[in-house]
Amino acid sequence: MYNYNLTHLEQLESEAVFILRETAAQFERPGLLFSGGKDSIVMAHLASKAFSPARIPFPFVHIDTGHNFPETIDFRDQFIEKLGVELIVGSVQDSINRGTAVEETGRNTSRNALQSVTLLETIDKESFDACLGGGRRDEEKARAKERFFSHRDAFGQWDPKNQRPELWNLFNGRKNPGENFRVFPLSNWTEMDIWQYTKLENIELPSLYFAHDREVFERNESLLAVTDFISLQDQEEFSIKTVRFRTIGDATCTGAVESQADSLDAVINEVAASRITERGSRADDQRSEAAMEDRKKQGYF
Amino acid sequence: MNQTNNYLKMDLLRFTTAGSVDDGKSTLIGRLFHDTKSIFEDQLDAIERSSKQKGDEHVNLALLTDGLRAEREQGITIDVAYRYFATPKRKFIIADTPGHIQYTRNMVTGASTANLALILVDARNGVIEQTKRHTFIADLLGIKHVAVCINKMDLVDYDQGAYEKILNQFTDFASRLENVTDLTFIPISALKGDNVVECSENMPWYKGAPLLYHLENVYVGSDFNHIDARFPVQWVIRPHSDKHHDFRGFGGRVAGGVFKKGDEVVVLPSGFTTKIKSILQSEKEVDEAFHPQSVTILLEDEIDVSRGDMLVKPNNQPNISQDLDARICWFSGTKKLTQGTKCLFRQTTKEAQVIVSSINYKVDVNSLRKNEEDLEFSMNDVGRVKLRVSQPIFYDTYRRNRNTGSFILVDPFTNETLAAGMLR
Repeated sequence: MYNYNLTHLEQLESEAVFILRETAAQFERPGLLFSGGKDSIVMAHLASKAFSPARIPFPFVHIDTGHNFPETIDFRDQFIEKLGVELIVGSVQDSINRGTAVEETGRNTSRNALQSVTLLETIDKESFDACLGGGRRDEEKARAKERFFSHRDAFGQWDPKNQRPELWNLFNGRKNPGENFRVFPLSNWTEMDIWQYTKLENIELPSLYFAHDREVFERNESLLAVTDFISLQDQEEFSIKTVRFRTIGDATCTGAVESQADSLDAVINEVAASRITERGSRADDQRSEAAMEDRKKQGYF
Repeated sequence: MNQTNNYLKMDLLRFTTAGSVDDGKSTLIGRLFHDTKSIFEDQLDAIERSSKQKGDEHVNLALLTDGLRAEREQGITIDVAYRYFATPKRKFIIADTPGHIQYTRNMVTGASTANLALILVDARNGVIEQTKRHTFIADLLGIKHVAVCINKMDLVDYDQGAYEKILNQFTDFASRLENVTDLTFIPISALKGDNVVECSENMPWYKGAPLLYHLENVYVGSDFNHIDARFPVQWVIRPHSDKHHDFRGFGGRVAGGVFKKGDEVVVLPSGFTTKIKSILQSEKEVDEAFHPQSVTILLEDEIDVSRGDMLVKPNNQPNISQDLDARICWFSGTKKLTQGTKCLFRQTTKEAQVIVSSINYKVDVNSLRKNEEDLEFSMNDVGRVKLRVSQPIFYDTYRRNRNTGSFILVDPFTNETLAAGMLR
């Protein structure tokens, strides 16, 4: 009797490859949303597996807030060159210059919500009918309700109360003109799965994920990095701390955690022991209880 | 290092839960999460905050799964929520389905990918209509393992008699089930934690294992079909590069059985026979592929193969027919199904047109009685129909293979998913 059992990571990998191929088959012009964060890197790795030895049959798309850590952009450019895929950059600054997006004013401003505007403009301009995203259901409670194939109406809106049921391995990507889909191949992965798979497959990640010394300051219980895009307010003081990032997003709202974990093994041990979710350090999610749901309804990732 | 070594050996159990507000389902999930350290502090803080805001006396663990604003406002679960937790032995995916609105549609969806169904019975109320409905749907969707948790044992003084009475009620009704082969009863108190993670000292008369132990150890490996080799072609890989000039690989997920290098295969529908030249898992060559692996298969001969075709073995072929006999569950809230309804049919990687040639009966999911009078399907209706498809379909009975025996119906105009179906 042979052992025809797969480990849970093998099952997740097989499922993600299936979804990626299904996206290529069911849509005319998909794009892969690539932020340079670990989830989109794992998704890109899976895409190169799904279509090997052919090239990934769709371009990568970066929605750029302009507020990046330089490490992310360097990593992105090297990664794209190695894979030999096309990169399309949608710039939030361009949307602001055109007047289609307006910069927030006041305290704790962020370009996070503006990304939806730029994303929808990019989808329109490039005629994408599906955008692959690295979102996971374990990340956030509104995401727990997401489908693998998530329908968006002609305004890019998500209607969470009226989603298509998804059964077995049957994914319904049919749509009318002007509508599009978000596709989430990593839906069933957890943060720990991502880290373990990264180690198993020897996937390279940006240095920001590992402990390093950095100038940081505290705001709303988050540790934010001192960058050109954020100005210290009264009574805020920066200091140098050994930190790492659990998620990588807009530099103005992605919090760091104090950590000595400078290798994959050390990070895995830290994730296993952690009692706070990775998005717990994201200021963008803490604005209100339904912050993510509201942004998603407006077309967010 | 240990952390990683263990993790790489873990397998996966997908289970579904169903229930209404008061049967303690959320408390049970909350308890499993809490006791396996799967709730994070910030999540707990957040639900404590909103429980307090709403004036609840206890921390309402339902808020953990009810993610949408409308759900929290109305205190109900609208949609299937997927939840994850892990022990050193297994990773678990819970499809947590609501008990009221669109209940059948949601339960069917959650059950379609599950290996096990967890059914909650209130020890004070015994087997009620809803218990039967949940069990019937689990069985309809071909779930072999059902764990019946008799909950709130603390409220009946942990009485063995109360437990046994329910066990008998349930066994009586379960004799009518077709697919369930493993029925396990566990007396628990989700609130107090009896028999959830640890054995209860309050019920020494119960000799079985606690729920978590059962979930960790129930063997589901043999539930997959490893006999009938089926490979629906999903995507043709042609690199168009100098290095891989003649490469033509067929990407797909094995839907049943085992394929080995050198095996003779038939391509459906053309009927051409050839051999498997090699099997690739991305760039790595492997000797064999089995369900549910995603692989790329290369064939010895250059024959026409495209998406929607199926590779099978010459001596073990699926049913091939344009006329199908199926059980369906109707999902649409706007459109009805009647004799003559036309729509789109999707099974494996194939899409075709379909017309409903006749309707045999509907089943009342509460009484389990057949209804042969009212033959119009509205949302949540379950029943048996005959279909005529525009081209031959390659299929197995759903009972034999969930992957090749399942289909969905899609509206050609609105594109909504109208129904789920299981072939007989």
